[in-house]
Amino acid sequence: MEQAVLRLFEYFWGMFGLWDPLWALVKPVWPLVWVLMKIVAIILPLMLCVAYLTFWERKIIGWMQVRIGPNRVGPWGLLQPIADGMKLFFKEVLVPTGANKALFFVGPVMAIAPALAAWAVVPFFDGGALANLDAGLFYILGMTSMGIYGVIIAGWASNSKYPFLGAMRASAQMVSYEIAMGMALVTVLMISNSLNLSDIVRAQGRGWFADHGAGFLSWNWIPLLPMFVVYFISGVAETNRAPFDVVEGESEIVAGHMVEFSGMAFAMFFLAEYANMILVATLTSILFLGGWLSPVGFLPDGFHWLAVKISLFLFLFLWFRATFPRYRYDQIMRLGWKVFVPLTLVWIVVIGSWMVSPWNIFK
Amino acid sequence: MPMDFKTALFYILSTILVIAALRVVTARNPVHAVLFLVLAFFNASGLWLLLQAEFLAIALIVVYVGAVMVLFLFVVMMLDINLERLRQGFWSNLWLGGPIAVLMVIEMVAVLSARSFGLEAMPEPAAPAAGYSNTKALGMAIYTDYVYPFELASVILLVALIAAVVLNLRQRRDNKQLNPAEQIAIKRKDRVRIVSMPSEKE
Repeated sequence: MEQAVLRLFEYFWGMFGLWDPLWALVKPVWPLVWVLMKIVAIILPLMLCVAYLTFWERKIIGWMQVRIGPNRVGPWGLLQPIADGMKLFFKEVLVPTGANKALFFVGPVMAIAPALAAWAVVPFFDGGALANLDAGLFYILGMTSMGIYGVIIAGWASNSKYPFLGAMRASAQMVSYEIAMGMALVTVLMISNSLNLSDIVRAQGRGWFADHGAGFLSWNWIPLLPMFVVYFISGVAETNRAPFDVVEGESEIVAGHMVEFSGMAFAMFFLAEYANMILVATLTSILFLGGWLSPVGFLPDGFHWLAVKISLFLFLFLWFRATFPRYRYDQIMRLGWKVFVPLTLVWIVVIGSWMVSPWNIFK
Repeated sequence: MPMDFKTALFYILSTILVIAALRVVTARNPVHAVLFLVLAFFNASGLWLLLQAEFLAIALIVVYVGAVMVLFLFVVMMLDINLERLRQGFWSNLWLGGPIAVLMVIEMVAVLSARSFGLEAMPEPAAPAAGYSNTKALGMAIYTDYVYPFELASVILLVALIAAVVLNLRQRRDNKQLNPAEQIAIKRKDRVRIVSMPSEKE
């Protein structure tokens, strides 16, 4: 890939006769430039996906409620996210009088930075990850657990009551569901015997069914069905999406930690939330639905399968939002601590016993 | 003499780490102090990454930055801390605190001096073989050689956890908690009675 890109550049700049002086300039820092190019190749499509996910969300929820949804800007309303982005970009960023100025701006940055950094280890196809880290899954856990700081700092620095309540709710909720999420991942590690995301996907491509052309029955979702459900629901709770959106419950605390933010500062939180949604959908597809693997033997593996699976989970996110009423706060805590955590503990024991028994299929 | 990239990175990370650690104790606002502590942890984890201990580095982030410090921040934000009262006893307690601080510095210098941690005492470890995973090495060490100390530590943590719950457990009289199973099992006929009665006015 690297050679192909280099040849393309050589051809393009060679037309103007500029290739040799340019290459002399770039060659010492080429590894850095190459990594930066890969980062841009991940972040740019991601941001575009975020923009069109908001559009898709409004359309889907519109259809589910027998409305049309956004349809004024561009054909079928397709330019709506661009218009929204422009509006947010040119809006004034207001800072409340009593706010802690530095932290007020650190908040949104702390929200979006981990949401983007986590993508570094996600494998999009075989060998297609920015960093093929041995502790990849652990790295993602670390990055997503830092997203909470953006919310807490923003809520505190606003020096306002609703944001502070939102921050308190967010920290309690995210810390609780992180535990269920981490425990669900332990079972995935146990059966794939690796923390490397690419290895986890490859482990799902092995097995009796995969050899007989029905790969989707070899994926992790069957032996780990309860963990699959726990992980995805915890993911919905981690991203503070409906029905777990008490953090920004409109009818109670207006918009939670985002109340005092406007313009791009607000847009940062928005981008972070949607980037996290896509991340949870991607991870669920990679860990439980075989990532880039094809469900059937006669079709080739590739990025398109991952895209289909991600879209499926993103649709579930939107479907949930249009369907379920918001959880009461104590019910959220009960679900996390009294249902999910014990369930994951039991399933770790079940998988553990299965693996030491003679019927172990995870070799 | 030009430095190689790793050395430069080491100096950047350690400079930020030292400054952040100093700010933890000097920051006037306790919330700022906690956030500087987070920054310090983050840079310490970067240093561990430079030592090729990626599992420990990420564990530091997950455990301390991701969980412990969030709860710290949570508590510090909720507390109404009076800075004047905290500073009150500074001069009157200095005669005790000062010598203890000096003693600690002397101890640290004695332990971490060049004699015990210099290049002669601690030579650079041999480059790991291909396919070496320190996650796996750590797991092997914890679950074979050190399995009893490890289990003991986890039992102590469990006891602390249960103790914390028991100490805070008290039945409140105004508790309005409901049993969700009972709530779901409610049927209409348990709550509503429809009475058929003739109208009272002609």
